[in-house]
Amino acid sequence: MYVAVKGGERAIDNAHAWLADERRGDTAIPELSVAQIREQMALAVNRVMAEGSLYDPDLAALAIKQARGDLIEAIFLIRAYRTTLPRFGGSNPIETEDMACDRRVSATFKDAPGGQVLGPTFDYTHRLLDFKLAADGEGADVPTAAPSDAATPHIMSFLDREGLIQTEPTGDAVPDDLTRTPLELPASRALRLQSLTRGDEGFLLGMAYSTQRGYARNHAFVAELRIGTVAVEMEIPELGFAIEIGEITVTECETVNQFQGSKTQPPQFTRGYGLVFGMTERKAISMALVDRALRWKELGEDNLGAPAQDEEFVLYHGDNIQATGFLEHIKLPHYVDFQSELELIRKLRREAHDNISREAAE
Amino acid sequence: MSDYNFAYLDEQTKRMIRRAILKGLAIPGYQVPFASREMPMPYGWGTGGVQVSAAVLTPDDTFKVIDQGADDTTNAVSIRRFFQKTAGVAVTEATSQASVIQTRHRIPEEALRDDQIIVYQVPIPEPLRFLEPSEVETRKMHALEEYGLMHVKLYEDISQHGDIATAYAYPVKVEGRYVMDPSPIPKFDNPKLEMSGIQLFGAGREQRIYAIPPYTKVVSLDFDDYPFQPTKADHACDLCGAPDSYLDELIVDDVGGRMFMCSDTDYCATRRKQGHVGAQGMPYEEDAA
Repeated sequence: MYVAVKGGERAIDNAHAWLADERRGDTAIPELSVAQIREQMALAVNRVMAEGSLYDPDLAALAIKQARGDLIEAIFLIRAYRTTLPRFGGSNPIETEDMACDRRVSATFKDAPGGQVLGPTFDYTHRLLDFKLAADGEGADVPTAAPSDAATPHIMSFLDREGLIQTEPTGDAVPDDLTRTPLELPASRALRLQSLTRGDEGFLLGMAYSTQRGYARNHAFVAELRIGTVAVEMEIPELGFAIEIGEITVTECETVNQFQGSKTQPPQFTRGYGLVFGMTERKAISMALVDRALRWKELGEDNLGAPAQDEEFVLYHGDNIQATGFLEHIKLPHYVDFQSELELIRKLRREAHDNISREAAE
Repeated sequence: MSDYNFAYLDEQTKRMIRRAILKGLAIPGYQVPFASREMPMPYGWGTGGVQVSAAVLTPDDTFKVIDQGADDTTNAVSIRRFFQKTAGVAVTEATSQASVIQTRHRIPEEALRDDQIIVYQVPIPEPLRFLEPSEVETRKMHALEEYGLMHVKLYEDISQHGDIATAYAYPVKVEGRYVMDPSPIPKFDNPKLEMSGIQLFGAGREQRIYAIPPYTKVVSLDFDDYPFQPTKADHACDLCGAPDSYLDELIVDDVGGRMFMCSDTDYCATRRKQGHVGAQGMPYEEDAA
């Protein structure tokens, strides 16, 4: 006698209850607050906002808490929430030129108007575990200074003045929204950039690194990397003018790359561009390198067959929510397809055995 | 649940999906791009099917969800609950009582009627994908009706294995035009693709919707000398005795013992209620199982 297995509903409920219990961990340890995550895990919050495509530090912190620190899971929570929000319209383009910079460095010029500002960077820290932090060490007093009011023009604009850098087309056309229209190839640069800015940091890092190591090598100089706050303005139809609706922190990276020039065009530098929500510098630099690699066609370069040059490869595989979903779905039952494979392989083996024994008999 | 719109998606999104569905029905087998939304379940877990179901469900519908033919598998339970919560629709396990059926990997054994819709969850909508990885290229191949590559693949199967070595997601040609992936249903189910119900296919991650209108000609690709053969395990169901249903194989002990039972749980239960008993089954009781 056999009784068919049932109980999916109860198993799911119990699994969820166990998960909630595990999320909380040892109740003798105080619970993390969302504000603590927002303030003290700020770079994780930034990554979740960037790849979740939603600028809201509190929601990102909540998602990280709910996801037990699994950032891709947190990004997924944010994406699923974001998709339910109505779209009121588009903001005016942000003016990164007017950014209140916390950090601004150029690798191409020793100094430039506005100066070099290191800001809160890991760059020159020695990576030694700081055991004081384990002992509840509060931070020492930090020296402060009045913010600089000097203008920080884009470094690229100096090259632009000399005509040394390739110019970008201008226009008022509103770009497509990747989240509202299906991605069709070839994609416009605007769509490519949207896709890259929400793409998986690890994937982009690997892609960018591959271009540095010779797969479609195109040496990039970081002309400028800036991190800071910018105002977001939106045109309100009833008012007839733009008002500021908020402020966001973004990281912007512009790279300068060589360009050989052609018979019809004198040699010029070209650019790669990265712009990402929050303080997300590794991602912004990676984005600029991959953006540049993807531009081979418009800049008249050869297709070297490198992964980072392949628009379809990069854009179709860089989204971690798509990738993780599909990857993990193979955990779902596949009894039926597997059964059909079982039948087939048994049949093929039977036929092969028959053939072998028939040949042996002959 | 008042926090979300009926069936979760906002009305504009549903209209966008319905337009894609209508286009799909107008061009049977053609993959229509649509702006797939991020759903609260992962890509690859039925988000395409869920979006299509959300777009076609009305408050009067009765909804059934199966995965591997069963109503009780975990992901089927999860999707059914999602629509109970967000749409408040009636749900059923009985194929004949459902007006909309969302499925993964199976077509119910019981023939569908012309007042029923079946929604398939599709992982990879492109039947040519494993022969040509580029979407740009495969769209061109469909446009030019250039399906030689697929026939070469089937031919190579025969020359290598003596048989077409595709057991599920077996490609079909719809109404003499588009080669289509029927989703990973076993090829046993392919003949059922010619049916009275409306068949809608949703691939969320790949952003494609396609459809087969009722009574459309659907031909499984084959050769004259190697005709298509729908196959199943050469057994009868051990629970209900059905000789003609698709079977799951279960391992019952550690010495190679196995048994077979209907993958379509509603079909099996209905037969047992009617008094059919298989080799290892027992007469149906309300509370059993």
